[in-house]
Amino acid sequence: MIHKPFHRTHTDMLGERPAPLATVGVMGWMRANLFSSLANTVLTVLAIYLLWVSIPPFLQWAIFDGQVYGENRFSCKGEGACWAWLDQRIGQFLYGFYPSEETWRINLALVLLFPALAPWLMENVPGKRYLRWFSVFYPIIAVFLLVGGFGLTEVSTDALGGFTLNLVVGLAGIVLSLPVGILLALGRQSRLPLIRWFSIIFIEVVRGVPLITLLFVSNIILPIFLPADVALNSVARVIVMITAFASAYMAEVIRGGLQAIPKGQYEAAQAMGLGYWQSMRLIILPQALKISIPGIVNTFIGLFKDTTLVIVIGLFDILGISRAMVSNPDWLGLSSETYVFVSLFFFVVCFAMSRYSMSLERKLDTDQR
Amino acid sequence: MSATEQAAKDVPVIEIDGLNKWYGTFHVLRDINLSVDQSERIVICGPSGSGKSTLIRCINRLEEHQEGRIVVDGTRLTNDLKNIDAVRREVGMVFQSFNLFPHLTVLENCTLAPIWVRKTPKVEAEAVAMEYLERVKIPEQAGKYPGQLSGGQQQRVAIARSLCMRPKIMLFDEPTSALDPEMIKEVLDVMVDLADTGMTMLVVTHEMGFASQVADRVVFMDEGQIVEQNTPDEFFSNPQSERTKLFLSQILSH
Ligand SMILES: Nc1ncnc2c1ncn2[C@@H]1O[C@H](COP(=O)(O)OP(=O)(O)OP(=O)(O)O)[C@@H](O)[C@H]1O
Ligand SMILES: [Mg+2]
Repeated sequence: MIHKPFHRTHTDMLGERPAPLATVGVMGWMRANLFSSLANTVLTVLAIYLLWVSIPPFLQWAIFDGQVYGENRFSCKGEGACWAWLDQRIGQFLYGFYPSEETWRINLALVLLFPALAPWLMENVPGKRYLRWFSVFYPIIAVFLLVGGFGLTEVSTDALGGFTLNLVVGLAGIVLSLPVGILLALGRQSRLPLIRWFSIIFIEVVRGVPLITLLFVSNIILPIFLPADVALNSVARVIVMITAFASAYMAEVIRGGLQAIPKGQYEAAQAMGLGYWQSMRLIILPQALKISIPGIVNTFIGLFKDTTLVIVIGLFDILGISRAMVSNPDWLGLSSETYVFVSLFFFVVCFAMSRYSMSLERKLDTDQR
Repeated sequence: MSATEQAAKDVPVIEIDGLNKWYGTFHVLRDINLSVDQSERIVICGPSGSGKSTLIRCINRLEEHQEGRIVVDGTRLTNDLKNIDAVRREVGMVFQSFNLFPHLTVLENCTLAPIWVRKTPKVEAEAVAMEYLERVKIPEQAGKYPGQLSGGQQQRVAIARSLCMRPKIMLFDEPTSALDPEMIKEVLDVMVDLADTGMTMLVVTHEMGFASQVADRVVFMDEGQIVEQNTPDEFFSNPQSERTKLFLSQILSH
């Protein structure tokens, strides 16, 4: 058999054809993702079955049979959830023991939080420079609003509670633990032995101890590091301890990111004459932090949920308040309802963080644009 | 040529005297003496592990040496950080693996050091960067990220990035070894152009065509020593030592 030489001229090149129908559209998606193999099909069916047996009964209990009105648990009849306590107790769940005529201050602080966060979390915000300055001063404004003084009625930090307390401690911990964690991670790689050893000891000791014990002993430990005449109130103490705890984890997460940066990046920065802090800030950390985003957000989420541990030093966050409530004779035994309610708050915040970090990762992915 | 220019030419820009370096107990550089004049183009070659990279990395202090004297553009390299910074401002380096910053655009890669090290205003730094990107023939890629470029393009950006600091000396460590054959030429062309502008260049390479076309001197290293140095013509046609002959026969046989 003779092979004829084969080539296409430009005019008989094959034109573009649409993809076969089975690979596009809803059917295509389902075939590719849900029923691509026998195992996949079994899993899909199983998942649908599990959703079917769990979701409708939950909705039945929480919503269709749920009861919203009533003085106490005895007014709740029937099988469904009893939400009657919301009306009386929602204030405590949100604001703790904050004087009710002053709760506008908490609301205002929460509203102002959004413009303070916007310039860091979003790309196209008008007036970004001014907002950045605003966010620098935001902590001072927030503390002033919450604690009072200078004309505002003073409110003791003991009155902070409910979800407000979770937010205050969680946000402060998140904002502080990232920079502290970065410094510890860099310190652990430092060429100066004193700094390196301090970082290693701090990280290992703090990581090796349960947070709950750190909180228990905070009033013994902290005075060692603080000047004699500085006494921290319990909220500040919790913030310091939670920050220390989270930053030890943060440091290790970031160290992982730092180790993933090729040596050539450090060398190129050095060869161009950049100093240590310049190369860290401009070259190394932007890349290391980007790699570490999942771990960082993981630590943030863990930190936020750990704010519920404040109960061990006598503070009442949203979980503490709900525990107190379900042991009150009027509402005894309503633990499912209250814990579902509390979980919802945590879930919303943590899920938002998780989604945000995913979009951030996509935005920072410069390899495949 | 004026008298002062003549004087400047007489003083070598790089002077290496009795350089010795060890990695732990491994004696990697042995008694290196090398002086490089203004605008001189030197190609360094030698077998793998002979210490070529280590030698040129000592010149901008990416590696520390233990014995001997290195003077770059009148500044002696010691542990004094000020001297190291001064030398690094005048010496550009191009690496085998490009080492572009992947999180910054091509333009940002080029303006970073001028802005932060030389304190050049951003607008001016960008104008200079575009000028050099045009010289390496990729101005149209300025807004892209390094990951979107081919190897040859990345290496040309790396050269432009170094030039943006307006260095007096350029070091190249095997700039074409990581490239596919069809991209080697575009990078070598840029380097030939650069040599024509009178840049002082030290190039570690096995591209013997480049050496004979551009180099004023070829330096051959083996086992941490300079075994032989000569003009390219003499070096290739009339190698003196046995080791040079062996090396040339190996490298020219492919
Ligand atoms: N950081 C280091 N620690 C210990 N030994 C090293 C180190 N860097 C290089 N060496 C050794 O020093 C010797 C010289 O290395 P160098 O990289 O300078 O060689 P080279 O001539 O550039 O080789 P190549 O052509 O493979 O790049 C090699 O034997 C290498 O194994
Ligand atoms: Mg080498």
